[in-house]
Amino acid sequence: MLIYLLKRLIMTIVVVLLVMTILAALVNIVPGDAARTMLGPRATPDLIQKIRTQMDLDKPALVQVANFIWMTLHGSLGTDIFTGRPIGSLLLSVLPHTLILAWSSLGLAVLLGIPLGVYSATHPGSWLDRVTAILSISFITIPSYVAGLFLLLIFAVQLKVMPVIGAGELSQPWDYLRHLILPAVALAVTWIGYLARLVRASLLEVLNADYVRSARAAGLPQRLILYKYALKNAVIPTVAVLGVGIGNLMGGAIFVEIIFARPGLGKLIFDSIESRNYPIVRAGVLVVALLFVAANLLADLAYTVLDPRIQLDKKRV
Amino acid sequence: MIYVSQRRSRLQRSLDRIPVLGDVLSRPLGLLGFLIVFAFLVVVIAGPLFAPYGYAQIDVYNKFSPPTSLHALGTDHLGRDLLSRLIYGSRIALTTAIPAVAIALAGGIALGLLAGYLGGYLDHIVVVVLDSIQAFPALVLALAVLALLGPAQTNVILVIGLTWIPGYARVTRAQVFSAKENLYVEAERSLGASGWRIVLGHILPNILAPLLILAAMDLPVVITFEAGLSFLGLGVRPPTPSWGSVLSDGFNNIFQTPWPITWAGLTLMVTTLGFTLFGETLRDVLDPRLSGTRRA
Repeated sequence: MLIYLLKRLIMTIVVVLLVMTILAALVNIVPGDAARTMLGPRATPDLIQKIRTQMDLDKPALVQVANFIWMTLHGSLGTDIFTGRPIGSLLLSVLPHTLILAWSSLGLAVLLGIPLGVYSATHPGSWLDRVTAILSISFITIPSYVAGLFLLLIFAVQLKVMPVIGAGELSQPWDYLRHLILPAVALAVTWIGYLARLVRASLLEVLNADYVRSARAAGLPQRLILYKYALKNAVIPTVAVLGVGIGNLMGGAIFVEIIFARPGLGKLIFDSIESRNYPIVRAGVLVVALLFVAANLLADLAYTVLDPRIQLDKKRV
Repeated sequence: MIYVSQRRSRLQRSLDRIPVLGDVLSRPLGLLGFLIVFAFLVVVIAGPLFAPYGYAQIDVYNKFSPPTSLHALGTDHLGRDLLSRLIYGSRIALTTAIPAVAIALAGGIALGLLAGYLGGYLDHIVVVVLDSIQAFPALVLALAVLALLGPAQTNVILVIGLTWIPGYARVTRAQVFSAKENLYVEAERSLGASGWRIVLGHILPNILAPLLILAAMDLPVVITFEAGLSFLGLGVRPPTPSWGSVLSDGFNNIFQTPWPITWAGLTLMVTTLGFTLFGETLRDVLDPRLSGTRRA
């Protein structure tokens, strides 16, 4: 177990270093003059030169990469090229909004998706099972931005029952919650469908397992078998999927934050693309990638703890 | 009655005779998916024949028009016919999705074969690189690259293709690992066949099916991805009508008209649903073992 943990940790560190290298090298891989592309056709040569020095673009690629990693490891994500503010504090100020959004939609998906899946698996062939099957595949195929736009259109613009834009103030929890509902639902829709299907499939498999049959033969009540024995094993694959899910939620959050004009990591990255402020884009993307890596690591560890059958020594193929 | 039942069974029998498609069509959801995909392809190919207007043609007197006899689905903020824009948009969707998936498939297979067959250090390196690329949520990586490249359809195709390579490389690699142990590989090797001959002539044909299924199931994902990038203004350039840019126009004028969002959103939903249903049925028919491998 310890060796596995160590291996996994080393692997994660290597990946994080590579992620930083990719991000720093991206400017060089992409054809054309990055500073010029960033600033657009109307930039003065002076400004281009200034940006080049600030972003180390006048140095060799290897030095750029090394500098970026070195600075990042020292907790400095650089400064905003236009305003000169440190990017780190900029990111920190919007990060909570994104995390709250991601976690509440994940929570929503778990609260709705898992019960739906359990019901479908325990009542296969019932009308609700069929409705769930069709609903869940439809939900999976709705892109988060379409869900967001529809919700915005219906509830905020036409019915006017929900606030249209912004996130509200964290100091006013009730108001903040009201601003959170539509974005969280928009982001959760796909995952409700996905979890319902996943839980249904794995629970059906578990319910056919020998140990469940034995429990039934021993006369244990159905409820006890389902919730204490079967469900516990059936949600294990869900844990692994949720790790990947965080990453996808981060991607989806960009759309949702833009549509609902919510401050957050995604909106910051997007606005910085619009204003051609590449250092912020790079730092924002790095933070998202780090969160994703961390979520995956946690999910992986939770998975190995939850499922003792996983052989740790066996080489992962 | 007898006549009818005979006709039904004849239809059933003729369906049975078509190897894979017949199986797909005999399932209700597969049939629904096929019909949607078929309709989509008809629109892509023959769209200009029945598009009532050009995609950039402006009707100045009918801006923000609701559905009328003049404009079946209404118009946008410039008075452009929404139906025509959506019809032409289907071409953008398909001409982005197919090359992008092709790039991912080709690149992924090449990497996966190399890593899987040669193994050793090369394999370790490939896996770490794949892990690092997949450490970025696809959309975020695409944004970072497109921010530098600038919006254009070819850039979108390239970026999607490259971001999707790791998925295919992983599946290829895993398949090669298990195929490598087969007796026919050993037999071939003992006959003195070269590594290339074994990999390309024997292993690849044997592992192609799951990869092609994966590609079919990625088409709708890539279509929504492209529309999403165009929604953000990083996809095709205006006035070329991607479904995403129609959505974006609708979003910018959401208080004036609900129609662009409604129609473009529904079009996207129905299309991806059709492709997904078709792809999933195809997967179930071809390879039941693979069910549940879909990426979110």
